[in-house]
Amino acid sequence: MGRYVLRRLLLMVLVLFGVSVIVFFIVHVIPADPVGALLGGNAPPQLVDQMKHQLGLDKPIWAQFGDYMLGILHGNLGISLKSNRPVTQDIAEYFPATLELAIFSIIISVALGVVLGILSAVYRNSWVDHFSRIFSILGVSMPVFWTGLILLLIFYYILGWLPGTGQLSLFTIPPHRITGMLLLDSILTGNWEAFRDGLAHIILPAAVLGYSATASIARITRASMLDVLRQDFIRTAKAKGLSGRVVIYRHALKNALIPVVTLIGLTFGSLLEGAVLTETIFGWPGLGRYIVNALLVLDYPAIMGGTLFIALMYSLANLIVDLTYAVLDPRMRI
Amino acid sequence: MRGDLLDVRELKVVFYTYRGIIKALNGVELWMNHEERLGLIGETGCGKSVTSLSIMGLIEQPGEIISGDVYFEGKSMQKMSMEELHDMRGKKISMIFQEPVSALNPVMRIGFQVAESISRAKDIKIKEAYPEVLKMLELVGLDSKRTASLYPHELSGGMAQRAMIAMALSSNPKLLIADEPTSALDVTIQAQIMELLDELVREMGNAVILITHDMGVAAEFCDKIAVMYAGNVVERASTVDIFEEPLHPYTKGLLKAVPKIGQSKELVGITGTVPDLVNPPTGCRFHPRCPYAMNKCSQKMPPLIEAKPGHHVACYLYTQEGEHNAN
Amino acid sequence: MKSITIEKRGKLRDFIARRKPIIEDWKHTLYLWKSTKLAMIGTVIIVIFILIAIFAPIIVPYDPISSNMSARLQPPSWDHLFGTDQFGRDIFSRVIVGSRIELWIIFLVSLISGGLGTFLGVVAGYFGKFVDEIIMRITDMFLAFPSLVLAMAFAAALGPSLTNTIIAISVVGWTVFARLARAEAMKIKKQPYIEAIRAVGAGNSRIMFLHVLPMCLSPVLVQLTLRMGTIILTAAGLGFLGLGVRPPLPEWGSMVSDGRSYLVAQWWISTFPGIAIAFVVLGFNFLGDGIRDIMDPRLRR
Repeated sequence: MGRYVLRRLLLMVLVLFGVSVIVFFIVHVIPADPVGALLGGNAPPQLVDQMKHQLGLDKPIWAQFGDYMLGILHGNLGISLKSNRPVTQDIAEYFPATLELAIFSIIISVALGVVLGILSAVYRNSWVDHFSRIFSILGVSMPVFWTGLILLLIFYYILGWLPGTGQLSLFTIPPHRITGMLLLDSILTGNWEAFRDGLAHIILPAAVLGYSATASIARITRASMLDVLRQDFIRTAKAKGLSGRVVIYRHALKNALIPVVTLIGLTFGSLLEGAVLTETIFGWPGLGRYIVNALLVLDYPAIMGGTLFIALMYSLANLIVDLTYAVLDPRMRI
Repeated sequence: MRGDLLDVRELKVVFYTYRGIIKALNGVELWMNHEERLGLIGETGCGKSVTSLSIMGLIEQPGEIISGDVYFEGKSMQKMSMEELHDMRGKKISMIFQEPVSALNPVMRIGFQVAESISRAKDIKIKEAYPEVLKMLELVGLDSKRTASLYPHELSGGMAQRAMIAMALSSNPKLLIADEPTSALDVTIQAQIMELLDELVREMGNAVILITHDMGVAAEFCDKIAVMYAGNVVERASTVDIFEEPLHPYTKGLLKAVPKIGQSKELVGITGTVPDLVNPPTGCRFHPRCPYAMNKCSQKMPPLIEAKPGHHVACYLYTQEGEHNAN
Repeated sequence: MKSITIEKRGKLRDFIARRKPIIEDWKHTLYLWKSTKLAMIGTVIIVIFILIAIFAPIIVPYDPISSNMSARLQPPSWDHLFGTDQFGRDIFSRVIVGSRIELWIIFLVSLISGGLGTFLGVVAGYFGKFVDEIIMRITDMFLAFPSLVLAMAFAAALGPSLTNTIIAISVVGWTVFARLARAEAMKIKKQPYIEAIRAVGAGNSRIMFLHVLPMCLSPVLVQLTLRMGTIILTAAGLGFLGLGVRPPLPEWGSMVSDGRSYLVAQWWISTFPGIAIAFVVLGFNFLGDGIRDIMDPRLRR
């Protein structure tokens, strides 16, 4: 087990190094023109050169790469060209909102997906199964940004049941910032008005984001459950005289959920990319929107920092999943 | 009633598959008394396991019992409610399987799995069953405390089968079904397991159905033998009668195919192959391979009749109409 | 004369008999495909999609690109089935012509990412050891990004356009196929007939491309079908964010984005292109699910 964790960690460090190289490559080798984007096309050449010098873009590529890697090792991701603040500071400001949204969505999707998957498998080929399969397949087929817009149209503009974009209504006093996660901060500071308002605001984006993830979780749970229900030990459990419910929930479920745990890690990744789109639509002040804005103006330190950070989070999620897997499955504990 | 413990009558089971409908059981007749030991023998795919699953009431989609019934202590299982069925499995019939390691839940400790059986049989809480668990594990010759805390993959095949036996016998069932309990184990372990089973069953007085294709094991362990072929019980008699004086042509063929120590006779296989149960032969399913086949054999399945006292056989050679010389 | 025909017939029968298992297998697959209603529906949707893309110039009632300010923001009517957008362009025509763009993206991305992935995967699986280690670690690095985020970065750095959208999605998507082809190649490499071919004196590249590669193709093709829905979604996502295909080209995702500011009063601008995306992706997912059912040996009963 210890060796496994160590190997896994070493591999992650290697992968993260590679990830930094890829990000650097994307921004520096591919013919984009950040300075041009920053100053506009008609800037005088002197100004362009001066700017390039200031940003270190006139150095040879290897030197730039060296500076960049050294910076990363010191936890320095550079200064955003747009906000003029350290990128790390920007990330610290925007990431909690994304994390909050992702946690909410993952709760929705895991709860819904696992339940649908189990029902589907247990009542295979019944109407429950058909409904859940079609519901799931719709979830992965509809583009997130479109579903978001349509739900916004229905629930905000037409019905007026839920608030529109953003994290809070205009006149709600936000809670004092502690963790950066608005709902958590509201609880911590006892600001119930903000909590209620924040909860109403997070429902739509979390539902949109969670729905697409629900589908894949339901599908894997179903397959995995069907697989487990065919195993010998299920027959043993039935032969013991256990009722159908006990067989399913005590004997089958734990086995069936082990692969689902792996999927939750992958889902986290799809949530991060879904967040990019969802945040754009719902005006959610998260990291996804930050990166999109950075991309649109070629704010390259922000692009590199943000992308790198997302890859880091994604890898961490996968690491946690792998370790959880090892804990859940006694066969892995060696 | 033919058997006061178990009576299987005219049992027909089919499985619906892509290839077509598999006619797995074709009117099985089987019965046994309390404390009897019945050996169910036959080639792979002849319906031994399906029969045992039917007795447990464990035939599930895509399988279906289309006619016939199983009577356990005189009660029709087809008429039992779900709860009665669960109760019967938990308290009166137990089963051990061919692959002990995969028959145990990989993510639960052995102790818990045994405790679950005990709690089911005695209607107590799982936690209260632990003293009994240790007793049972000791009884089957395992280091009880240690084994209880292990997971199935940490046991050898033999140990796992011992644990399965502990689980199965913890309810002190009226009937124990052992489905090829040793065929996945090493030869030396096989003997140990059979000895253990023999000892425990003698002490506790359970009836046993031993499913096997090993004639030697069956001869040593059982009082009665039932021979199955392609979904039918074709012969049933005491162990001595079966081995000394087999009546059915299939049984004869089967015995000739078994090597015996001290006998220099050449082994003779049965010609032909096991029939495809999607399109089984009409009439007696053995007739295409039978050296004594007559016209009527391909028309109607012969009934299982008592050819001699206590010796039943399903073959026209022994009915009045077909008084042929059986040799 | 007579005997010759018999002989011929015999040969034909022999030919059929020898191939019977393959024919049976195909029949079986066809049977399963027919019995999987979802796969049928999916196929029908995709066929419709492809037909629309092919006949788009004949179908469209209006010019999808040039604006007509006198007809702007009209609701759906018999003249304009899906209404018109803020430039007076007929949305129905734009959706129809957009199908060509989506199909083009699917085709090229599949070709590039499938080809690149399969090539690298086969090389890794065939040579093993050092080569394998390097290629697989690179794959891991690409897999460390959520794919849309990486595609966004590529697309933004290259500059938004149709070609760059295709490049960005391909560069991100090849990893899946590399892993698949590698696993397949490793299996095939161990087959005795590969040994036999080597013994005859065939070189590495010959064995790799003529014997191993073709055997890897069918799982890769299946996987490609499964991924086509994702390709459209990614392309549309890029378009929506303004990092993909640029207006006035009628890419569906960017059309949804066009209508965002008109959502309340002119809902149709965003709605119809979105439905088009969902419809086509649904088709691919139905087909994919059907294929998965068919491929699953446990369901082959």
